[in-house]
Amino acid sequence: MELTRRDAAAALAAVGAGGAVAFGVDRLRGDGSDGPDASGQDPPAEARLRETFVAAAEVLYPSEVSGIGGFVEGFLEGRLGRRDHADGIRAAVGALDDRAVSWYGERFAALAVEDRDRLLREIGADTAEEDPEGTTAERVRYYVVNELLLALYASPTGGELVGLENPQGHPGGTESYRRGPK
Amino acid sequence: MSGSAPNGRRPVSGADVCVVGAGPAGALVADRLAAEHEVVVLDAGPRFDPADRLERQERAIRPAYDRPDVWDGDDERDAHSASGDRFYPLNHARVKGIGGSTLHWQGMVMRLHEDDFASGSERGVGPDWPIDYGEVRPYYAAAERELGVAGSDDNPYAPPREEPYPMPAFAPSYSDGLFADACEALEIDMHSVPNARNSERYDGRSACVGYGTCQPVCPAGAKYDATVHIERAESKGATVIDRAPVQRLEHGVDRVRAAVYATPDGTEYRQTAEAFVVACGGVETPRLLLLSDSEHYPDGLANESGLVGRYFMDHLFAGTGGVLEEPTRQNHVGFLTSESHQFYDDADGEIGPFKLEFFNYGGPSPVETALSADTWGEDLLDRLRQDYGTHVGMGALVEQLPREDSYVGLDPDRTDDHGNPVPDVHWTVGDRALRTIERANEVQEAILSELGAEITWQVGPDDTGPAYHHMGTTRMGTDPEESVVDPRLRTHDLGNCWLVTSGAFPTGGAVNPTLTIAALALRAAEDVRTSL
Repeated sequence: MELTRRDAAAALAAVGAGGAVAFGVDRLRGDGSDGPDASGQDPPAEARLRETFVAAAEVLYPSEVSGIGGFVEGFLEGRLGRRDHADGIRAAVGALDDRAVSWYGERFAALAVEDRDRLLREIGADTAEEDPEGTTAERVRYYVVNELLLALYASPTGGELVGLENPQGHPGGTESYRRGPK
Repeated sequence: MSGSAPNGRRPVSGADVCVVGAGPAGALVADRLAAEHEVVVLDAGPRFDPADRLERQERAIRPAYDRPDVWDGDDERDAHSASGDRFYPLNHARVKGIGGSTLHWQGMVMRLHEDDFASGSERGVGPDWPIDYGEVRPYYAAAERELGVAGSDDNPYAPPREEPYPMPAFAPSYSDGLFADACEALEIDMHSVPNARNSERYDGRSACVGYGTCQPVCPAGAKYDATVHIERAESKGATVIDRAPVQRLEHGVDRVRAAVYATPDGTEYRQTAEAFVVACGGVETPRLLLLSDSEHYPDGLANESGLVGRYFMDHLFAGTGGVLEEPTRQNHVGFLTSESHQFYDDADGEIGPFKLEFFNYGGPSPVETALSADTWGEDLLDRLRQDYGTHVGMGALVEQLPREDSYVGLDPDRTDDHGNPVPDVHWTVGDRALRTIERANEVQEAILSELGAEITWQVGPDDTGPAYHHMGTTRMGTDPEESVVDPRLRTHDLGNCWLVTSGAFPTGGAVNPTLTIAALALRAAEDVRTSL
């Protein structure tokens, strides 16, 4: 199932955002490339956020969904418009990268998918209760894991994965609740 | 929070009316009087920015936040006690701020049944109201227009109406259709639900767009909340002062002179007025009277009867749910579209009135499940698919009778952020209500069994909880020794003081109270106007 920027806009409609999804993705991409820059240096901070979020989504999202990169970029761009929330995201991503470097020798986004999954679980983000002011596990759960799960499962495409085309938080109108199953 | 308070939250000179509380009752009274009179509204909580509603919705969905967090509850400001047999979660039951608890309410707006006004005469228990349905009926119609109610005249058990609802009812849900087959087999009538929620654009507000988080927040503004009438009152000249908790009412023997309120910078002001309307709900209204004791009123203002705070009632919840072997299409919207009042008027001394509700949000919301799961990826999706899709659920509201040992008092050992004793909700529930819950459960089980459901949960007499409808604590009546306010909600003891809340209800019935609160507020506003 293809995730689109429209899905990102829909997910943002559920949770609120500063800024528009369509704008400023290039800023997130830093130099406009998809990976680390050509010189091999670390990419700019905003691009690192994007890379980390996309890398996390590749772990957190089921394989049935495609188009993760554009969806996550669009969603993240909107979410970074809320200053306090953006600060929390940056701090949590920083903590995640610190652990990745310390335990696996590379930034989170540079790890293999299996290692990213393992790292998130080793941090405790799978069993932690989200807390924006909590431990590293609780903040990674809040600002990274649940941020991305919220984006997916409050969007129509994410809802449809489960059989619910108007998930809670999505203003999908007052028709679908009357319809029977497909 | 948004906007700045007018004139530094200083009092308004020459005010005719001071309204305490900016919930639906206070807002409606203010709106009705603002064009002709100088009206001031004081509220303990803030004015919320409508632009923040999506963030509040996120708080409603995310597990990091408790229900009071959605509307900026404050543990010190809102401190409370609960010394009764049953804990009362007061801060889950209310919102302090402009709009009051309508900001987080479900938005169901039925009229009380005719027998609810005459429980003693018709059911043999509890007091009769001093007014009957016929006297309230035109005010119900006016309240439906003011709030904007989507409904249909298809409930054969509802009291008589004089005109159609302002908007058409929301159509039944897919799962209502599943229930309908079972109910038809059992000869149980289903009918629509009157909703204070726009089924089409109304009064300049959006139609419902299906966010699905009605309780506790409607980002679209399609669900009525009292900011509608606060803004309208302000447009007519009323002054609304937020974050101005009233500390006490200064008074003489037979008149209130001033509302003394605090402001965020620690200053106390006195708002004088010709008339005072206390509209702080069924808990804070008696608390303010008890805090306003004096030499003449040693047991609390307007409390010659000794009944201020007594007879605290709520509606009790009874529920049953389960799963089918077919899709049920739940959690698309956050409101109800079908009920049954068939058993309501069977009430007598043994079994109270109750109404049945057919849920459109039975079972877990996938997004909420995802945010609390201990896995992700394929495992999470498998779990969500397993958990979602086949749930059904039913609820019921049950009447509890007024009892003297169920009351709102002051806790002398605990104070709020201004040093005032906090409200103590001493909630006690009698056997009739518990029997009624059992009866509601029996009907629910019968319907779900007919539907072929495997029953997986039930809320019965042992684990019932309140529906957050605070009633009875400033009882209405004609005898000053047996009641606190008269039939137009003016206190017996003070000629310029009205208590416009569900505290006035002598009995509670078993329907959601806000439409009746609104109707009585419109009626009281006429009395205030006449007095000025």
